[in-house]
Amino acid sequence: MAEEVLTGWRSWLESAGDQGIFLTRFFRNIFKGGFEWSEFVRQCYEIGYKSMMLVGLTSFIMGLVLILQLRPTLVSFGAESMLPKTLTVSVIREIGPVITAIICAGKIASSIGAELGSMKVTEQIDAMEVSGANPIQYLVVTRILATSFMVPLLAMIGDVIALIGGYIALNITDKISFFLYFNKCVGSIDFTDYMPALIKTVFFGFAIGFVGCYKGFHSNRGTESVGIAANSAVVTSSLWIFFIDMVVVQITNLLYYS
Amino acid sequence: MEAVENRKERPQWRNDLKKDEVVIEIKGLKKSFGKKTVLKNINLTLKRGENLVVLGRSGQGKSVTIQCIVGMLTPDAGSVKVFGKEVSELSDDELKEMRTKIGFLFQSGALYDSMTVRENLEFPLTRVLKMKDRNEINRRVEEVLDSVGLPDAGSKMPSDLSGGMRKRIGLARTLIVHPEIMLYDEPTTGLDPLTSREISELILKMQEKYKTSSIIITHDMECAEITSDRVVIMNEGEYVAEGTFEELKDSKDEFTRSYF
Repeated sequence: MAEEVLTGWRSWLESAGDQGIFLTRFFRNIFKGGFEWSEFVRQCYEIGYKSMMLVGLTSFIMGLVLILQLRPTLVSFGAESMLPKTLTVSVIREIGPVITAIICAGKIASSIGAELGSMKVTEQIDAMEVSGANPIQYLVVTRILATSFMVPLLAMIGDVIALIGGYIALNITDKISFFLYFNKCVGSIDFTDYMPALIKTVFFGFAIGFVGCYKGFHSNRGTESVGIAANSAVVTSSLWIFFIDMVVVQITNLLYYS
Repeated sequence: MEAVENRKERPQWRNDLKKDEVVIEIKGLKKSFGKKTVLKNINLTLKRGENLVVLGRSGQGKSVTIQCIVGMLTPDAGSVKVFGKEVSELSDDELKEMRTKIGFLFQSGALYDSMTVRENLEFPLTRVLKMKDRNEINRRVEEVLDSVGLPDAGSKMPSDLSGGMRKRIGLARTLIVHPEIMLYDEPTTGLDPLTSREISELILKMQEKYKTSSIIITHDMECAEITSDRVVIMNEGEYVAEGTFEELKDSKDEFTRSYF
């Protein structure tokens, strides 16, 4: 049993070391010449544009449901007028970025993990490496930068759609003009609300891309490992999202509210 | 067939080469994975313009040897020199430069399946040789496609190709950068006898055309007969026999003869 525990810890430490090396290789390759712009744009399209529908739909439902759930409680306190503000603050600060990132972890991290895992299994990454090309620059740098760039963009779009969902929900029971609703929404947030949220989505995107690429790149031989890479990319990146969220909230509280 | 029939005669270009120039030299190579020792003591030389065939059962470390040559694996002990330079001592940039002179044909062809055949062929030109001249890129792509007998395959996706076609395109992709050394990892495995013969003849034809030195790892005796200048047989991590195909075929050693 002691040996099992030791082996477990050793492999965990080895994996942590591997991730450190992989991260160093990523940063070293960003600043090397010959950035793959066309592949970066292709990845932005694959990662961002093709996830927009899913993020949009989820955000719309989320905004709608939040208003429907919040309304009875706020009505009982006679604070109906607080509905747009409550929704905006919760969506912009927390729910929008986290839900978008979790959806992206499920869709993007798994697809990157599976794609690179299958390239590893079919020796395509090895072929790239022995030809003298740089697989980190072509496959990893482009994907991680694309997720770091597109996840914040998706989160912003998702936030706006969630507010539209909230407006529609509010109009099912009450009457409020579109102009007044959005005036209340925009008026209820400031720099300390949207800036930390925007920054944390960059980290969420980085974690999604990094974990997907690492899991794919380090998958073992055999088709089973492709599935394992995809699955573990989702689980690990989701955990990272919550961890990053916790750290950013603590830092934000220290900076702005202490 | 012409290339095969002419095989007995040494082509003029090989007579013109610097006599006995060694391009790969391996001494006392050892490699283990965990507790399993795969390579015990490998000693091997490849001369310029030579075709060396490595025979051996599966799991004997044939592929591990060529992976050590291109620096994909680091040896536990021993020396691997390519063009006179120790591979394990090369910096990242030197290793990259060395790899541009070596073509590696994988067993599966290892075509990039998200790209068309043309994009696969252009990849090493634009990413490795950093070529920008569109006319030269097109000329080279068309030349290698013609050489491997698939002039119209450019727009196809790898998934649309048969096993033999994938091997041909894989060969074209490695030859497009004009390597000095070719390493073939079981080039005819998984192919029908007719296609296997075609690939073996193509290897020979390409060697004549691009004047490469080659190490060919195979189980296929016909491939060995067609392509080899010299054959080595590997058993339990060591080379146990060496000679021409005919010499080994007539060997008195029972183990060696069992391959023929």
